Amino acid sequence: MRDGRKTLGLHLGLLALLFALQFVLPAYHHGNLARIMVLAAYAVGYNILFGYTGLLSLGHALFFAAGMYGMGLLVNQTGAAPLAALMAGVIAGALVAAALGVLALRTEGVAFMIVTLMFAQAGYLTVLYFGAYTRGDEGFVIQQAQRVMAGIDLSDPSNRYFAGLLVFGLAMLINLWLVRTRFGRVLIAIRENEERARMLGYDVFVHKLGAVVLSGTISAMAGASYGLLFGYVGASFASVQYSIFPLLWVLLGGAGTVIGPFLGTLFMFYLIDLSSGLTTAYMLIAGVALVLLTLFAPQGLAGELRNRVWRWLP
Amino acid sequence: MTLLSTQGLSRNFDGLRAVHDVDFDLPEGQVRALIGPNGAGKTTFVSMLCGRILPSSGRVMFGGKDISHLPAHRRINLGMAYTFQITSVFANLSVFENVALAARRRVAGAEVAPVVNAVLGRVGLHERPDQNAGDLSYGHQRLLEIAMGLAQAPRLLILDEPTQGLTDQEIADFKALIGDLKATTTILLIEHNMSVVMEVADIVTVLNFGEVLAEGPPEAVHANPAVQAAYLGTG
Repeated sequence: MRDGRKTLGLHLGLLALLFALQFVLPAYHHGNLARIMVLAAYAVGYNILFGYTGLLSLGHALFFAAGMYGMGLLVNQTGAAPLAALMAGVIAGALVAAALGVLALRTEGVAFMIVTLMFAQAGYLTVLYFGAYTRGDEGFVIQQAQRVMAGIDLSDPSNRYFAGLLVFGLAMLINLWLVRTRFGRVLIAIRENEERARMLGYDVFVHKLGAVVLSGTISAMAGASYGLLFGYVGASFASVQYSIFPLLWVLLGGAGTVIGPFLGTLFMFYLIDLSSGLTTAYMLIAGVALVLLTLFAPQGLAGELRNRVWRWLP
Repeated sequence: MTLLSTQGLSRNFDGLRAVHDVDFDLPEGQVRALIGPNGAGKTTFVSMLCGRILPSSGRVMFGGKDISHLPAHRRINLGMAYTFQITSVFANLSVFENVALAARRRVAGAEVAPVVNAVLGRVGLHERPDQNAGDLSYGHQRLLEIAMGLAQAPRLLILDEPTQGLTDQEIADFKALIGDLKATTTILLIEHNMSVVMEVADIVTVLNFGEVLAEGPPEAVHANPAVQAAYLGTG
């Protein structure tokens, strides 16, 4: 129980810190952090499947984009209210995740990676194919007037920051709650030893499918929020790059930890940001840093924290 | 009453007849030992019972129901528990969590911890609930396997070579444990240790080359010349 209190303290403490930072950060970092929080929510969603269930997907951009386009197209084409459109994006992501899960979970290991990658590519090409609505690579802007939710203008930096915090906080608290439930513990058991979990009487397929849907839904929530908060919907968010990003963020931050996705996203964002200020070969610096981290902290930042300091970290 | 039975159960691996046409009846409340030389098909046979391997032909009945086509997890939910021959615990999870995963099949919330602690006490692992299962000695991992079986409170407990790697004292404790369980649980035990078989089994079934060679009370099977020949390899 004491560990439970420490866990809650740490994670609520992080949210409180992020809340307080809003008032002190200079505009540039303030904007960055709003972006990082939404992307970290995406990473949290990814981590539920990868870090907790042990399923490596290379197709999460499909869910991120399903949320983004589900929201964006509705706003752009029908002039729907932002909140309704946001909900629609999340539901779109959940449906896409359920469909993909049913098909892709017939495979395992490398085949699962390939199948998810292929479905995500198909999604990307679909966005390009329906260019008349999506405007393809170029994408479309969501006008400021369409980003006012319940009287709150989400294009305002301060509102945007709080909205980002809300999205991230929600994702993280869902994750924290998940690891305490029976369902979440079975996911971990499947990650650790799938055959044993099955021989304890757990329906492995149903649990994995639940993990895909939950993971996809949170990813879609992040995607829909990103489009709404930053006012742009484009095909690059459906590309393979956006499937690889959450994998990198989670690996760096610590797979199978609640706080890891945020740390990884923050670290990677600023690694690229700072190194691009030094040289045009910034990806080289980022790459070297990633290699070093992989060598010396293979379990990611939060994974190392758990190994060395906080054994109770969930 | 018969809890478990098979009719004409067979499994071929390509040309190899691992199990051939086995008719098997296990009455409720019995402790049955399944013995036989290495490669006799014992593990293949019990794997077909609990659904890890599908039979090439034949039927499996459990509690009067044909379960031949049920996936493994559904069979487990009907009241079977299976402990692995090759230790298969959740190595990176704590001893407590290993047993809790088994216990949560039938209890929830605040009821889990007392069940887990009771089971750990029964197999003698109560002093190390927080240790990672992977850090336990081999013998302790075997005991943890048994604990995970017990926590499910199954109608039928299938133990695949449970005493392998245990110390003499642990084997003595294991025999006592089976004695306690007898009242509530039907047990099917694959076992190489003859002292365990002779002391705990009500009936012994001998498999050889995938077929039932003999069946009967331990003393009778022990004295059976065909069984002796099979074990000595002169048959």
